[in-house]
Amino acid sequence: MAKPASTLTKGVDALNNWVNDRAAVGEFYKKHLSEYYAPKNFNLWYFFGSLSLLVLVNQILTGIFLTMHYKPDAELAFASVEFIMRDVEWGWLIRYMHSTGASLFFVVVYLHMFRALMYGSYQKPRELVWILGVTIYLVLMAESFMGYVLPWGQMSYWGAQVIISLFGAVPYVGEALVEWIRGDFFVADATLNRFFALHVVALPLVLVGLVVLHLAALHEVGSNNPDGVEIKARKDESGRPLDGIPFHPYYTVKDIFGAAFFLLIAAFIIFFWPEFGGYFLKPDNFVEANPLVTPDHIPPVWYFTPFYAILQAVPDKLMGVILMGAAVMILYLVPWLDRSPVKSIRYRSWMSKLALGLFVVAFVRLGMLGLSQESSTFELRLWTFVYFAFFILMPIWTSIEKTKPVPERVTS
Amino acid sequence: MNYRQVLIGLALVLVSGFAMAAGKYGNLDQAGSNVFDRASLQRGAALFANYCMGCHSIQFMRYQRLTEDLGLSEDEVLEFLAFGDQELADYMKTSMRYEDGEAWFGKSPPDLSLTARSRSPNWIYTFLRSYYLTDDGWNNTVLENPAMPHVLWDLQGVQRAITETREVGGETRLEIVSLELDRPGMLSPSEYDAVVRDLVAFMEYVAEPARLQRERIGIWVMLFLALFTFLSYLLYQEYWKDVKK
Repeated sequence: MAKPASTLTKGVDALNNWVNDRAAVGEFYKKHLSEYYAPKNFNLWYFFGSLSLLVLVNQILTGIFLTMHYKPDAELAFASVEFIMRDVEWGWLIRYMHSTGASLFFVVVYLHMFRALMYGSYQKPRELVWILGVTIYLVLMAESFMGYVLPWGQMSYWGAQVIISLFGAVPYVGEALVEWIRGDFFVADATLNRFFALHVVALPLVLVGLVVLHLAALHEVGSNNPDGVEIKARKDESGRPLDGIPFHPYYTVKDIFGAAFFLLIAAFIIFFWPEFGGYFLKPDNFVEANPLVTPDHIPPVWYFTPFYAILQAVPDKLMGVILMGAAVMILYLVPWLDRSPVKSIRYRSWMSKLALGLFVVAFVRLGMLGLSQESSTFELRLWTFVYFAFFILMPIWTSIEKTKPVPERVTS
Repeated sequence: MNYRQVLIGLALVLVSGFAMAAGKYGNLDQAGSNVFDRASLQRGAALFANYCMGCHSIQFMRYQRLTEDLGLSEDEVLEFLAFGDQELADYMKTSMRYEDGEAWFGKSPPDLSLTARSRSPNWIYTFLRSYYLTDDGWNNTVLENPAMPHVLWDLQGVQRAITETREVGGETRLEIVSLELDRPGMLSPSEYDAVVRDLVAFMEYVAEPARLQRERIGIWVMLFLALFTFLSYLLYQEYWKDVKK
């Protein structure tokens, strides 16, 4: 005998129907969660997508609360940050969540991108997912750069000075361009104010829009996996991929576990090591911006240092800037540079493994060189060469290497 | 080469990089200061009020906060740490005028609210113990030709520099090898070190008063998250039983 429906369930059903008659919420839920089939063999590397989303939400939420107390004014900005650190209830926690979040954002995004390179997640039919992802990364760089200027410490100020002046390398219009960006003849109140507007309103809107598109594009073609097997190729009678499992509940519970572990690490940094040895919060940035005192050494924040090193590797300013830009833009071409019939590194030869390994070493080493003041020019150029060789030679080694047979179904 | 080896390799490279980047100011002595030692903070606050605040502000710090964090009564704060007619809610600013500072020292004495974070506690500790007297006045091995005279000299005494002629890259130079106590002060060297340590602890606290709260709460947050991670792991295992069979 069926249980008589209670008033409560009747009410919930009625509300559910009312909403779904007017907006396809149920459809949306099915398409993206309960009936979005993801490969069942995701490994550790597949946590970083959902973690990126978690950090994005953290940045937006903590950012909203910081905005309530921060003053985008060259006279007041530095003191308002200290006011947040001292006089605003839990202000220090919100600020550290935001500053730590910024660095961790790049940690998870870099690992997420490495995952894509390793398993060929950019290959057909996921080129658009990759293109949107690279665009997110570009916007994220602009977003974090402008955010870094807001505390108006010495590093904020002089970092902005250095980075904006790079646009001066553009022939003919360089100086005019630099002035246009700064809104003044030097980095000043006008610069701070517009960076605030861009950091708090414009770029977050773009970022969230791009993330929605990134996910929409992914869900259209379905997720790749460590084996690089297309799970949609083999379906059961009801049309479900044999190696797929519904995202909800399987990957929601798994990602909750991943998020919890990530938060454990994040909490350790936030509560016990917020400066992270000067990498997340630089000592010099605890000195208020002073246009009259140039610091001896103006290194960018750690997540920009690989590109900064590439800039330093070239003696000519314009060529350096072009090469630095190319280092990021070349990522867009990866889906077409890779000629391999195989997606995952698991079924490629030693050539792909060596190339990716060298690329990672080059990227990390460039990051370290970009931090130091006295990096050897030879080493800067060596790793810059390796960095670009990875992309430029990719069509060659991916064409000639002998790949292993890819299984029809996912393994393990 | 699987991804685990790559990951371990990456970690090693990173760690060596972090190690390389350390040591910005060369050889500094370990301050050994402890911001969680309330008595040390109280002594440091008194020293700061008496020796530093004549010239230096800590403009982001309110007197009131000292009552909460240092366990002092409002009257004690106003009587021993605030001079002139200060209110508890006031910021701790020096009564010296900006123009006077510039006229007397060449530049106005800087605000010290964040010095422990911008320079590091070890820097302050070493700096305050490295003054020496020359024929031209006070100098310091940590910060050459400082605008500030040695204000703690009556406590430490007077140090003189022991120099040695050394050859560096074919060039003979007079280098300071050590500092020697020429005239003892009111305190023995070890007592003086302890006094500076208290002062550094106070400045470390002033640079980030929230640290006291931060680390205390942090332990509980970590414990909660550890438990939450464990439970979410169990939940994950439970759900995935039917996938893994």
